[in-house]
Amino acid sequence: MITKRIIPCLDVKNGRVVKGVNFLGLSDVSSPVELAEYYSKSGADELVFYDITASFEGRELFTDILTEVASKIFIPLTVGGGINTVDDFDRVLKCGADKVSVNSGAIRNPDLIKEAALKYGDQCVVLSCDIKRVDGEFRLFAKGGREDTGINAIEWIKKGVNSGAGEIVVNSIDTDGVKNGFDIEMLKAVCEVVNVPVIASGGAGCSEDFVKLFNEIPTIDAGLAASIFHFGEVEIKDLKLLLKENKINVRL
Amino acid sequence: MISIVDYGVGNLFSLSSSLKSIGADTVVTSDKQKIIDSSAIILPGVGAFSDAQKKLKDSGLFEVIIDEAKKGKKLLGICLGMQMLFEKSFEYGEYDGLKLLKGNIVPLEGKISPQLKIPHIGWNSLEFKNGKSDLFKYINNGDFVYFVHSYYAADCEESIIATSEYGIDVTAAVGKDNIYGCQFHPEKSGDVGLNILKAFCEMGDC
Repeated sequence: MITKRIIPCLDVKNGRVVKGVNFLGLSDVSSPVELAEYYSKSGADELVFYDITASFEGRELFTDILTEVASKIFIPLTVGGGINTVDDFDRVLKCGADKVSVNSGAIRNPDLIKEAALKYGDQCVVLSCDIKRVDGEFRLFAKGGREDTGINAIEWIKKGVNSGAGEIVVNSIDTDGVKNGFDIEMLKAVCEVVNVPVIASGGAGCSEDFVKLFNEIPTIDAGLAASIFHFGEVEIKDLKLLLKENKINVRL
Repeated sequence: MISIVDYGVGNLFSLSSSLKSIGADTVVTSDKQKIIDSSAIILPGVGAFSDAQKKLKDSGLFEVIIDEAKKGKKLLGICLGMQMLFEKSFEYGEYDGLKLLKGNIVPLEGKISPQLKIPHIGWNSLEFKNGKSDLFKYINNGDFVYFVHSYYAADCEESIIATSEYGIDVTAAVGKDNIYGCQFHPEKSGDVGLNILKAFCEMGDC
């Protein structure tokens, strides 16, 4: 049977993982390669690398790091951040990424999804959306959640899937950083309108939040989080054991 | 030496890295002679069947692979590369495969419950069939591997060595004589995947 996926997300700036990392036994806690290996051994089903550098040099460093990770870690790798053109897809896919996540780049140029899906296949294109409640609707935000686009997020996602997005990451700005659980209401609204995998992001504070996510939305495919994994608050192995105890199918 | 056939379909970086990591001697190539000189062949592939088949034919490698396989050389098809081993694919039309194995490639759509998502994407467990294949020498029944596909091999009972449950029993791996195929991606399936590649490399003396 297909399993629910647990995905840690690593923000990389100038070749280093940012956000405090607090692991025992790692000699270099901000090395993307060491962390990726650690997560892979802990049972992560997939890794997301988010490039938050803006400079050309930062981009070069990022692709070098990605190449190193992809030559050592043999689980699916998704890359996001700074993806604005089909050439950007090409750049990261050549370094070993399996999927590419687009966010603001697709808002600026909605044809990007279609062009990339035609060239690399739907399975390669992940549409990542930052969503916040505004005036009683789910509104799509751009630029890392700083700018209200005025676009209805549900309509945007439907359009994205029609254009060829093979997977959707829903990041709730309302629950992000609050650590009080995933945004069940928002995620349900998205799962109702699409038939491609949906990945929940934003709000995980403890293992029980994942149990609640998969129990309340049986059609959700994966849970993504960053800080609770980086700070060692939740160990992926323990999380998966808890999910299994709750009759949620996971890879152990 | 294992030749990984490079015919312009998909990214071979991970596959080549994963083989290197288990110490296999590999070459990524589109050169006929190198394929003929190698002791085993891996045929990868992602994307649409018709496009891949055309590229394999245009590169002149279609016949080379058939000839080498018929001579008894170990061949492993991965994902779309596995689908190419069969007689025909019905993906957006009707296209001939390498016809090395009996069976056809058909859509999951219509065969599985509409509630199940297509593509079949993610980690799924293997159920060994017809005993335990040599390809699975280093793994266990029930181990998880990573899938991404919308079409699958049907009418291929004689070569099935593993299935995965996704509404139906989806053909996960095939093996007959010297010809093997994995619908999933061993190069993305962690240690289980590496162990499958290791078993194949050993069979191919690489």
